[in-house]
Amino acid sequence: MTQDTIFALSSGAPPSAIAVIRISGPAACSCLAALLRGGGAPPARRASLRRLYSPDGLLLDSGLILFFPGPNTATGEDLVELHVHGGPATVRAIGDALAQLGARPAEAGEFTRRALIAGRMDLTEVEGLAELLSAETEQQRRAALRSAEGGVRRQVEAWTDSALALSAQLEAILDHADEDDVSTDPRLMLRITTLAAEIGATLARPPVERLHDGIRVVLGGPPNAGKSTLLNALVGRSAAIVSDIAGTTRDRIEVPVRRDGVAYLFTDTAGLTESADPIEAIGVGLARDALLDADLVLWLGDAPPPDELANVLPVHAQADRSARGSPVGRIAVSAVTGLGIDALWDAIADRAKAMLPPTDATVLNARQRALAGRAQQALERAALAPDELFAAEELRAALRAFDAITGRAGVEEMLDALFGRFCIGK
Amino acid sequence: MTARAVATKAQHMHSFDVIVIGGGHAGTEAAAAAARRGARTALVSFDPGAIGAMSCNPAIGGLGKGHLVREVDAFDGLIARAADAAAIHYRMLNRSKGTAVQGPRVQADRTRYASAIQTMLRAEPLLTIIAGEAASLVVETGVVTGVMLADGTALGARAVVLATGTFLGGKLYRGEERLDGGRIGEGAAHRIAAQLRALDLPMARLKTGTPPRLDGRTIDWARLDEQPSDTDPWTMSAMTPRRLLPQLRCAITRTTLASHDTIRGGLDRSPLFSGDIEGLGPRYCPSIEDKVHRFGDRDGHQVFLEPEGLESHLVYPNGLSTSLPVDVQQAMIASIPGLERARITVPGYAVEYDYIDPRALNGELAVAEMPGLFCAGQINGTTGYEEAAAQGLVAGINAAARACALAPLTLDRQTSYLAVMVDDLVLQGVTEPYRMLTARAEHRLRLRVDNAETRLSPVAAALGCLSEPRRARVQARTETLSRIRDRYSSRLSATEVARKGGRVVQDGSRRTGAEWLRFPGVDPEMLGEMPDVDPALLREFIDDCRYAPYLEREMEEAAAIGKANDLAIPGELRYDRIAGLSNEMVERLTAARPRTLGDVARVRGVTPAAVTAVLLRLRAAS
Repeated sequence: MTQDTIFALSSGAPPSAIAVIRISGPAACSCLAALLRGGGAPPARRASLRRLYSPDGLLLDSGLILFFPGPNTATGEDLVELHVHGGPATVRAIGDALAQLGARPAEAGEFTRRALIAGRMDLTEVEGLAELLSAETEQQRRAALRSAEGGVRRQVEAWTDSALALSAQLEAILDHADEDDVSTDPRLMLRITTLAAEIGATLARPPVERLHDGIRVVLGGPPNAGKSTLLNALVGRSAAIVSDIAGTTRDRIEVPVRRDGVAYLFTDTAGLTESADPIEAIGVGLARDALLDADLVLWLGDAPPPDELANVLPVHAQADRSARGSPVGRIAVSAVTGLGIDALWDAIADRAKAMLPPTDATVLNARQRALAGRAQQALERAALAPDELFAAEELRAALRAFDAITGRAGVEEMLDALFGRFCIGK
Repeated sequence: MTARAVATKAQHMHSFDVIVIGGGHAGTEAAAAAARRGARTALVSFDPGAIGAMSCNPAIGGLGKGHLVREVDAFDGLIARAADAAAIHYRMLNRSKGTAVQGPRVQADRTRYASAIQTMLRAEPLLTIIAGEAASLVVETGVVTGVMLADGTALGARAVVLATGTFLGGKLYRGEERLDGGRIGEGAAHRIAAQLRALDLPMARLKTGTPPRLDGRTIDWARLDEQPSDTDPWTMSAMTPRRLLPQLRCAITRTTLASHDTIRGGLDRSPLFSGDIEGLGPRYCPSIEDKVHRFGDRDGHQVFLEPEGLESHLVYPNGLSTSLPVDVQQAMIASIPGLERARITVPGYAVEYDYIDPRALNGELAVAEMPGLFCAGQINGTTGYEEAAAQGLVAGINAAARACALAPLTLDRQTSYLAVMVDDLVLQGVTEPYRMLTARAEHRLRLRVDNAETRLSPVAAALGCLSEPRRARVQARTETLSRIRDRYSSRLSATEVARKGGRVVQDGSRRTGAEWLRFPGVDPEMLGEMPDVDPALLREFIDDCRYAPYLEREMEEAAAIGKANDLAIPGELRYDRIAGLSNEMVERLTAARPRTLGDVARVRGVTPAAVTAVLLRLRAAS
């Protein structure tokens, strides 16, 4: 096995208080020994404070070192962690020393790839880890951690087990029809429908991407309704230009906001109007698209919103202007006085809760959803199939889709399930 | 005369292109296929009179197995024609479930079956049958160049096919009795088994078994449910014009709780339970003691009483395979309704035998490390006449290819069960005797019993496997199918179809006849005048149409899910050099020698992580 030894700065960009440098590969231990100028390998999985030296004898830093012998490590290889001072020069000097000792800087994602290769993680766990590393909000972190720890895999395996048992029954009907030991379960089709519904329930959960991309909240209404002013008040800074001139906002202005662990993407749009100005007309077109695409619309018009908009929260803006009154069913806000801004946030957060995946449930990403959807459709077709052969074929399609989620495959497993259940043969 | 002169003369006298060792279902099919391709072929058998013998049940075909029979027939093989010549009962299994999983099966008169096989072999001008024991393979610098017979005769050949069945190191078990042999009353091939072991081929043991045979005159038939032969006149071989023999009935009975008590009482004297038999038996064909032991809660197991021939009184009780002592067998039989007074003529027994790990073979069924040697049948870890015949066909075609510099047979899993079996064997190896099941074919909807000729006869014709009458038939068939396709290529409106009684949605659509036939509510008579063709070919076309939407979706899905599957694995890839593969994965992949990444995923026991590791290595290399 000719595997390079790799290293990388695993903590954030320096300068920082502490920098963590990880070394993985067959030479990790010897690199560490060289940095320590002898003294032998430190005890496994115990932190010790040591001085680190370059190969030509210069003191580089002193820090905490940890040695994890393979294969029971994140990468499946010998793994060393150096917790050193987080100055750019220190980090660079240690990197230079490691390069002289024969290690090389890791490529992007190389630690994770080694973990995957070593069988320490499967595809869904790697996906979860990737999401975990990019998680910015608490909700993202929880969902990603669930996936990284095998939550998605376990869910898919549970579906696979159910589908295998159903498939085994159908295959037994096809391949052992001449033997009386095979009997048809009268509730077979019902069981298939139930499994399809179970997958459907998971698919009905909001996608994990919404945790990352944020809930799209779009402000809409006629020109000069105060959309940009309200946006600035909601996000707490001047993100959009405001003026008294109708049609100030022409482009879409997108502002990401994190609040209470939830990501939002606010979009300010041009006021909906029939405009002769070609530039403004383009802006109005963009506004309509954004409104149709929104998860939640804050509608600032006094007239009701267009019928095609779904999930609308009617807002009565500029409520400080006494002439505007306070109509029922609309949240009265004033960006000037701050009136109602908290109430509006509460209403937004309340609506958002329903749009986000529950924190304690398995959430699928787009790739997993597409495959699980394929499986669900196959199961629904199976339940309606004209004969057992077609039902069996659909079950196989569902199993292939599950296998593609986790990267598995196998007819033999189906046969094992089959022979565990039936007394077949004569 | 000096010894050297004898050897030279012997080589001169007995030189062949292909030698086949064994006259069972694999050996006869291999010999006939090689001879059909023009190879001068010798078939070596202990006892030429036993060539074509059915060692176990008197039936050919069944679910999955029927597909293999039809595929061998598409190459003009022997098994389907011999089955028709001997058939005394026809039954189409899964008749109600669509042609893709239908299983044609016949009960065959044993004597007539063997005699039909022997007659067909005698009719092959290039085939010589040699009586004798093949004592050893002649191996020169690692290449097999011939066979040495026990009487000292040397036979030279460019290719040798081993089709030794259960005779390789065969040992029979019955209660406390132990006998040498591959079949009751016959010897075993120990010398060649010892040589193969010495040659370092990977070998292990498997077991199979057979039930006692009964005297039909002592069975109380009147008390039993009868199963008549099918009335519609289908045949196993496309070349058999009609039913040839009178048809008999089978009967069905069941074991009782008393039978199970008897069996349990004898388990301590069964070689299966005493630990004497080390080889694994087929889950698909367990002994009755295994069934009673594993499924103790059942109150009975079905037993089919199958006649062994028109003139024979022997009856084969299918479902009672056993190696219990003779007295227990007798008591068990007496506890079954209708068999209370039945007399056992030959008791059942188990046989344990050597097989070669088929992962040592390539897709041509040639031993990869020993050029010139091919293996077919139970020696490769399979069970069943049909599986054996199908491998014999493949090995025979490829042995002739090697010997006479002809094209080898290349098949893929999308077009035949032959390929599914060979691929499973050489890639996955076996852990129990391998039996064909439709579940093994992932492209099952394409691989129907009614379209075997369409799928394979063009390949067979190109390889020179077909007789003149068969070639004429294949050509006529192809023309007719193309006429049917033309006939259903013009468009009709929904209204026109509905007017003729089609249950279709009146959506104003216009579709071709072929597209209309996809709908369950549309039959050919609703699409205008029926073409004047063989109804079987029209049915094949209709099935093509009915299955088309499924096949299209399957293709879309394959494109969406696994493009990486076609990635080729270079022959020189060293698995022990791939980071992250455990020793177990390295061993499995090295033994299986997968050709594509899709193959890697199908190797038994290989984890998704290992597949990923191989994929990443391939990506890195490219």
